Amino acid sequence: RVDEWTDVDRKRVMNDIISAMFKKNFMEELFKPQDLYSKKALRTVYDRLAHTSIMRLNQASMDKLYDLMTMAFKYQVLLCPRPRDILLVTFNHLDAIKDFISDSPGILNQVDETFRQLIETYNCLSDGEFQLIRQTLLIFFQDMHIRVSIFLKDKVQNSNGRFVLPISGPVPWGTEVPGLIRIFNHKGVEVKRAEFTSAGNYVTPQREGSFELYGDRVLKLGTNMYSVTRPVETHMSGSSKNLASQAKENIAPNPLAKEELNFLARLLGGLDIQKPAGGETGFRLNLFTTDEEEEHAAQTRPEELSYKVINIEATQEPGRRAELSRILGELEVAEPRPGSAEKGEDLLALMDGL
Amino acid sequence: SQAAWCELPSRVLLVLTSQRGVQMYESDGSTMVFWHALHVPEHPAAHSVFARGIAAAGGRFVCVGTSSGAVLVFDIPPKGTNVTLNEVLEQHRDPITDIAAEQGQAPDGAGDLVTADDSGTLCLWSTGEEFTLLGKIPGSGCTCSSVRLWNGIVAAGYGNGQIRLWEAGSGRIRAQVSAHARWIYALDLAPLTGKLLSGAEDSFVHVWQLSRDPDTDGIEIRHCHAECVTDTQVCGARFCDPAGDTFAVTGYDLSEIICY
Repeated sequence: RVDEWTDVDRKRVMNDIISAMFKKNFMEELFKPQDLYSKKALRTVYDRLAHTSIMRLNQASMDKLYDLMTMAFKYQVLLCPRPRDILLVTFNHLDAIKDFISDSPGILNQVDETFRQLIETYNCLSDGEFQLIRQTLLIFFQDMHIRVSIFLKDKVQNSNGRFVLPISGPVPWGTEVPGLIRIFNHKGVEVKRAEFTSAGNYVTPQREGSFELYGDRVLKLGTNMYSVTRPVETHMSGSSKNLASQAKENIAPNPLAKEELNFLARLLGGLDIQKPAGGETGFRLNLFTTDEEEEHAAQTRPEELSYKVINIEATQEPGRRAELSRILGELEVAEPRPGSAEKGEDLLALMDGL
Repeated sequence: SQAAWCELPSRVLLVLTSQRGVQMYESDGSTMVFWHALHVPEHPAAHSVFARGIAAAGGRFVCVGTSSGAVLVFDIPPKGTNVTLNEVLEQHRDPITDIAAEQGQAPDGAGDLVTADDSGTLCLWSTGEEFTLLGKIPGSGCTCSSVRLWNGIVAAGYGNGQIRLWEAGSGRIRAQVSAHARWIYALDLAPLTGKLLSGAEDSFVHVWQLSRDPDTDGIEIRHCHAECVTDTQVCGARFCDPAGDTFAVTGYDLSEIICY
């Protein structure tokens, strides 16, 4: 029960999860150049991270948490004024995380180390490269329109699930307020100025956000949405058009499944799974108001929006991991089961059974 | 990934670009005419490999840009599948963003092809059996996301929302417009009238009128019309006819094409 949690418990869970996320070998894997994860793979990693402490979540609460995270991140990426602002969003995330573990110097060090690596790897990228990253992320989030209470209330999301794109406010750093036309003659001398008007109401920005380890990011995207207690409801989209396109995505076999499983095995193999010690039973987090509501949500979740999570009991034991690799290796020459879609699906089915 | 119709005097091809390379199809989509694979390094490099920027040029070629900055020039036979890689242009050092061929009448010495890259650098070419570089306009660090060429005027859209007009012959800037509040994704030109269409992430689509006075050699741009596609980041904008009387718009997360 959440109401039986003490501050010590909360602190423990926070420290455990953050410590797991920023562990050296986990981060090392993430920083390797690689393709964007599939939705299945990302959800699996997310599940695993959420369970690296003594906290547990049922499927329904886990689904809801993931929905919230997905839509919040989609919002942040979509609304970035400049492509390189996705880096500022990341820095905002890290600043908030550092605040959560401000009294644990060991973990703080790990986070700062990641921060430095981000600065080293990304600060020098061009606008074009950032836009490519941003476009790749937006393709991942395309057609997701889950309505989030907090966004609906703040009027940043419409009732059809689409985000509000304001046409007023400061223009991005490096952009001019629209309206001016300057004409030059063949000698390069300005000979005429004209103005045009349109519906937007933009102003000049005051200053640029900081890309250093410490500094004012200026951008609000990526700061803690829940710094004041807010509701966590989400609503499934009612439009069948959107659900249809998502359904197709889940059914089509993933040809990169084997490579992805290798990646997952490496990544998750480094994550410690905490088992509650001795007589502890662990704590279960329920994102709904009652257990009954959670149960109901699990049963009524639209099939198209269910995340097919891979259950991998990847542990630290080298023996077990070798076993995993051997199984994957053996499967390369295995005959596909009659009636099954593709090798990829076979592997995934096997992993589910482990 | 991109798709573009390449209109040549003898045939129309549908050209597609992606991370794997370039594919060309007959205009009815029935057969694949040609496929060029991009060289992918053994181990995944920090920079992705892809093809981007497509244009038909010189009545005979299809030009495709790549992430290395190289522009591939394919020689297209009047019919059949005997497409060959004629030349590789290596003047850009940053990934190609867009390529455009002259849609009107080029003044002497102005060239008939323009290529643009991530750094904002523009190259002007004269097409032929061997392409000749006529001029290079250095970028100022802002990505030139899309480009058009008409009557020797280069119209370029930038990631910082600006539209700039350059004179192709001299490489001099002739106009600078603070057109959009966000990244410009699309530019299109109606060759019969000189209308220019711009679409950007700020949800706006603008229609402009380009003009070139042959006596004074004055180049002008004026604003005609603005449309706001509410809550949509415009990703594509194209005129539906050569006079520019109608245009179509697409956007992120939008499953419809909106026609104006």
